[in-house]
Amino acid sequence: MLGEGILKGMAETAKNFFGSYFSADRLTTVEYPEQRIAPFEAARVFPFLVYDAKNPPDAADWEAGMRCVACQICEKECPPKCIYIEKSTDRKPDALGKPQFYPARFDIDISVCMSCQICVEVCPFEAIKMDTEFELSTGDRFGGLLLDRKQLAKSNEYYHQIHLNEANAVDARLAAEKAKAEAKTKAAVAAKAPSIAAATAGEGA
Amino acid sequence: MSDSQTYFANAAEKLEGWNRPAVIEPDGDGELLEVAMGPHHPSTHGVFRMDVALDGERVIRLKPVFGYLHRNHEKIAEGVSYLASMPYTDRLDYICPITNNWAYALAVEKLTGQEVPERAEYLRVILGELTRFQNHASSIGFLIQEMGASGTPLMYAFREREKILDLFEELTGARMMVNYMRFGGCRVDASPAWLDKTRKVVEGLPGFVDEFERLLSSNEILMARTQGVGLLPAELAVNAGVTGPMLRASGVNYDIRKVDGYGIYNRFNFRVPLGDHGDVYDRYMIRVLEMREAIGILRQALKDIPAGPVMDSKAKIRGFRPKPGEAYGRIEAPKGELGFYLISDGGPNPYRYRIRPPSLINLTILEDMCLGQNVADVVLIFGSVDIVLGEVDR
Repeated sequence: MLGEGILKGMAETAKNFFGSYFSADRLTTVEYPEQRIAPFEAARVFPFLVYDAKNPPDAADWEAGMRCVACQICEKECPPKCIYIEKSTDRKPDALGKPQFYPARFDIDISVCMSCQICVEVCPFEAIKMDTEFELSTGDRFGGLLLDRKQLAKSNEYYHQIHLNEANAVDARLAAEKAKAEAKTKAAVAAKAPSIAAATAGEGA
Repeated sequence: MSDSQTYFANAAEKLEGWNRPAVIEPDGDGELLEVAMGPHHPSTHGVFRMDVALDGERVIRLKPVFGYLHRNHEKIAEGVSYLASMPYTDRLDYICPITNNWAYALAVEKLTGQEVPERAEYLRVILGELTRFQNHASSIGFLIQEMGASGTPLMYAFREREKILDLFEELTGARMMVNYMRFGGCRVDASPAWLDKTRKVVEGLPGFVDEFERLLSSNEILMARTQGVGLLPAELAVNAGVTGPMLRASGVNYDIRKVDGYGIYNRFNFRVPLGDHGDVYDRYMIRVLEMREAIGILRQALKDIPAGPVMDSKAKIRGFRPKPGEAYGRIEAPKGELGFYLISDGGPNPYRYRIRPPSLINLTILEDMCLGQNVADVVLIFGSVDIVLGEVDR
């Protein structure tokens, strides 16, 4: 019968229409600004720089606690070249107490950034991570989208808030590295100590 | 003879050759009407222009004009490392970024002789078939939209696509620009929870295809609009290098998953659907059937996926220099044969980086399919080619 296929299709749309009153699965949208779907753990938007605060809620030590050592690998690997780093001339002690360079300037142009996460992948210091904040519209399309290191700095606690499992894994890895480094220095001190002891013993005799 | 008629007659004479479609003579006394459809035309899936010469409603000439979305991808890739091109490949065919990643990773793996762990191969197949499913669903939705059924089938397709994109986002961190594959595996491993979720989504997909078919396949309006429209003979399709569902709708049995058996595709049991007539309806039907086959592959892959690493521990993703040489990696992307041709001169960047995009090559026979058809059908035929301008222009 001509028109049978059309009627069959209409029945299908009717089923969907009335079904949406009974089955929540058929309602697939949310009313965005009021209702929000929580982002996934792996969600990524733009990068930020992680710093370790001494007293966690305190944001004053963003500069001192910054993990970045200005090695510039991310700048080199960034596909659209949206990262600009100026290396410092002096060194500052890092979390392990080792003197390290720090970024005197670290800019990311998020109007160019394509959220590919390659900077995060190549960073050997766990210093750059992906943020999940996406409501970043601004009236100033040049200056407003060029973020400097202060705007990029976010605390490790914030990182835990947005990517909990990943941040815990990173913390565990950093703690292991730190323990290893401490054990190494201890071993070095211990290796030195007997010789000193022997020397003092020799003096005593 | 009017000016435009003379122009087209001369142009046709000049271009007459083995590769040109038959010249359609205008039958009336009226003048030819030249229409520039696009670049901003709702049916053109982006910025694409068709310069159409019309005799009344009939198409006498059609000239596709592209390049509005040219982004210099191939040249950029010659200046950056192998890894840095990976996120750019997402932006070629932005409906199915996973398969673009896969083709590029395959080419680089061929170049460097890199092995891929078992689990990563399975993940690639799972994600690739999910991509095929959502590409075909939304391309059918767009096709029907161009036929005038504004919204309903497209929204049904997008409802399903949304579930698949959510899976992508959970695994890779992005819905479309996934940047997921690496040379020698995949970037992150899938958790058991993710696999369970995928199984659940895949179990819901056959219901969606059934619904889609009930909605469309026997619809008389769809049949009247599509059957016998935009015929593509098998010979022409083969000569023009058309691949993918377009070629198979013309009845040529050519699927790179079967021909090459790249990855681990020879382990799966699936069929290659073929069309009889090569018209728009066949192309629609082939896509529906391929969605069903994709579900079959997904079920097998999700059943068999082994444990293990997803990345070869010896694989280097950055700072490697392949030996001088060349490699061509190709896969059966949802739209056809997607190939990456790389030449290495031993440096950290490719010396030459060339993409064989299925969309562009499938588009070259647009004129042959449209000649003599009504202008309203041109939109339909164009929709049945299933292109993404990001890939056509690169």
